[in-house]
Amino acid sequence: MEGFLNSTAHLWLGLGLFVVPFIAAVILIFFGRKLPRGGDWIAQAAIVTCAAAAVFQFIAVITHHGDPHWSWSSAEHGLSWHWITLGGADFTVGIFWDNLSVIMAAMVTVVASCIFFFSAGYMHGDRDYPRFFAYLSYFCFAMLGLVVVDNLLFLFIFWELVGVGSYLLIGFYYDQPDPPLASMKAFLVNRIGDVLFLLGLILAYQLFGTLNYHDLFETLASGNFPPASERAFASLSNHSILTLSGILIFCGAISKSAQVPLHTWLPDAMAGPTPVSALIHAATMVAAGVFMVGRMYPYFTPEALQFIAGIGAITALVGATMGLVMWDIKKVLAYSTMSQLGYMMLGLGVGGYIAGLFHLITHAFFKACLFLGSGSVIHAVHSQDMRDMGGLRKKMPVTYWTFLIATLALCGVPAFAGYYSKDQIIANAMAWWTLDLASARFVPILFGAVGAFMTTFYMFRLIFLTFFGQPGDQKRYDHAHESPALMAVPLIILAGFGLLGGGTNNPLPETDTLWFNSVVAHPESAAAAGLHLDVHHEAEHMAHALHSVHYWAIGVSLLSIIAGFVLARRMYLTKATDPAEVSAKFGPMHKIISNKYYFDDAYNQGVVENLKRWTRVCSWWDRTVVDGIVNGMGLLTRFLAFLSGLFDAYVIDGAVNFWRWLVRFLSGCTRLWQSGNATNYLTWTVLGVLALVAALARGN
Amino acid sequence: MIPTPMLATLEVASGSLAGSLSSYLVISGILFLLGLATILTRRNVLYVLMGTELILNAANINFVAFSRFGDYGMDGQMMTLVVIMLAAAEAAVALAIVLRIFHDFGTIDITRTDSLRN
Repeated sequence: MEGFLNSTAHLWLGLGLFVVPFIAAVILIFFGRKLPRGGDWIAQAAIVTCAAAAVFQFIAVITHHGDPHWSWSSAEHGLSWHWITLGGADFTVGIFWDNLSVIMAAMVTVVASCIFFFSAGYMHGDRDYPRFFAYLSYFCFAMLGLVVVDNLLFLFIFWELVGVGSYLLIGFYYDQPDPPLASMKAFLVNRIGDVLFLLGLILAYQLFGTLNYHDLFETLASGNFPPASERAFASLSNHSILTLSGILIFCGAISKSAQVPLHTWLPDAMAGPTPVSALIHAATMVAAGVFMVGRMYPYFTPEALQFIAGIGAITALVGATMGLVMWDIKKVLAYSTMSQLGYMMLGLGVGGYIAGLFHLITHAFFKACLFLGSGSVIHAVHSQDMRDMGGLRKKMPVTYWTFLIATLALCGVPAFAGYYSKDQIIANAMAWWTLDLASARFVPILFGAVGAFMTTFYMFRLIFLTFFGQPGDQKRYDHAHESPALMAVPLIILAGFGLLGGGTNNPLPETDTLWFNSVVAHPESAAAAGLHLDVHHEAEHMAHALHSVHYWAIGVSLLSIIAGFVLARRMYLTKATDPAEVSAKFGPMHKIISNKYYFDDAYNQGVVENLKRWTRVCSWWDRTVVDGIVNGMGLLTRFLAFLSGLFDAYVIDGAVNFWRWLVRFLSGCTRLWQSGNATNYLTWTVLGVLALVAALARGN
Repeated sequence: MIPTPMLATLEVASGSLAGSLSSYLVISGILFLLGLATILTRRNVLYVLMGTELILNAANINFVAFSRFGDYGMDGQMMTLVVIMLAAAEAAVALAIVLRIFHDFGTIDITRTDSLRN
């Protein structure tokens, strides 16, 4: 394998992955309208090429090589590109491949390929069809760049670029009222996390003088901290500042991966076209935060990881509860995504590095499938409200079956892809709890299990409302039809991944033999090494506990799934229990959840309104004081100019006019001689001659 | 048509030199004054031109007189011939100018051809 996948090939694969979609995006932006079929084939060709390259890399590195510790970095081969020198600091950028980035690249390109083809059907006939594909290609460029770069600085740059792609695509229907506002909200909420992320990066750079992953972890592991007087927060210990830096970096993931409390943009982002929701707001961009946490995993101290686990657990539960009460099919899926991202963070936080990232990969496929399925349904009934749907199972069999498979995978039903990853998360949370039974470490298990129950409930609620029962709107139902093959085939492919993404269908697998577990290695904690913390004991305990809690985790998950399914069936299929009664029973709770925990209202009242008030103060200051000074200067200048004008008009012009007047007066006098009468002239001549003669005579 | 008393005065002035240089000069002086008076008093351009001719002829008489009584050979006579010739040419040009003046101003009254006034 080393033979045909040499260093140059790794470099060019990494470069090509994000350069090719970029070229496609540039071509489509400038020439999209002139190309046949809006140039969608360029975008599709580009992403399929990338997918082929990424799958090739995947096969070469994962299947044949199989070494979980394999990595390739362009820095080691002197193939990095020197980007910029600021002061004494050199910033270089290169490609970094390890099994995680190879898997991510393959996942992104394959999911994107499915979505690109689905979009050709879904967006058919749209006024801005070429622009849509240009943006999608641009997004893929940024997302793949984020995956393959070898340092945090460029990860941050691509992080912002995917944010721009998300902004452009959420606001794609710019002539409708909601999308532009939603895109602005997504952009602004992400800014908060991104600024904190940047602060974390600055802190990391100050501590270790590098942002290259490998160098960063190596410097950290060597325990080579700068003296406290040479860094910010001199009063904090090395341990505390490392935790602070880790938490700040994680704040970037809080906004990007829609974690509480910066999750509010994600449901609104559903205003974008559904393929965009599938690609960006389910499979790839929101998962970038999880990927980043995975990349930076060795950097996080145990305290930072606890913070991550806590945020993840809260998000998993809060997202799931909001999914229970939504009527908009895409909103349910959006909150489901948020909840699942919480699971991933929870998994990473409790030390389940592999579990969290495995869930990221499996979730990407079946959540993309769910979103595309919802897109297919929306395409058929032209509504997003589940109360307008119902009974679509017979009309849209392909959509129904793929949706069902993806739902089972999402719920974590044994033998489906989500089962293998989600159970590992629960198992890790349990093992983590066993480290300290008396603490709040029970919270992730509790939230995770309740979240799993709710996941099953809201997903089957969605299925029952959409595909079963009586049509909510007969007219829409009659009009509905199965989507064309262009949209159905991507659904089938993605559902296939939902069914087989675990690599096995054995309901009781040996965890270590799962494909992801066997190719991705749990990284050594550089933070623990650098701070001389003894984590080996804990790690051993965890590994040991994982084996014993494994079946407990399966049991808890199964119970949650069955309970969720039974309840959903009772309320929405057999209608034995009236949903309205249940929500009435939960009274105030239901009200809080329906109002999305008042996050939006709190932000509007607390932040937006106060900001507006502050901007009004600033505007008043500008208009009165600053403008006053400016206008005062203007008035002063005018007054001085007026004085100067007076001086000019009376003194300067007076002097000039005086001379004019004098010359005119004198010339007026002499002019009197010029009578124009020849006789007069002659008379004067004669007199003159006489005078001359007289003078001469006298002189003699 | 000089009045007799005036002639007598001239006789006295010339004294015994009747037929001498002085009498010629007196004659030319009278002629000059007559020409000058004509020019200064007449408003008609043609009279002015005639006055000019008188002055020129007064000069001619002086030339001839000085030539006759002086030691200058034939210079004076020659100069007189030149002046007569010049006077003829001048008359031609002047009359042409008068025609132009009449054409432009509709009059040959020199007190009214004052467009260069002031």
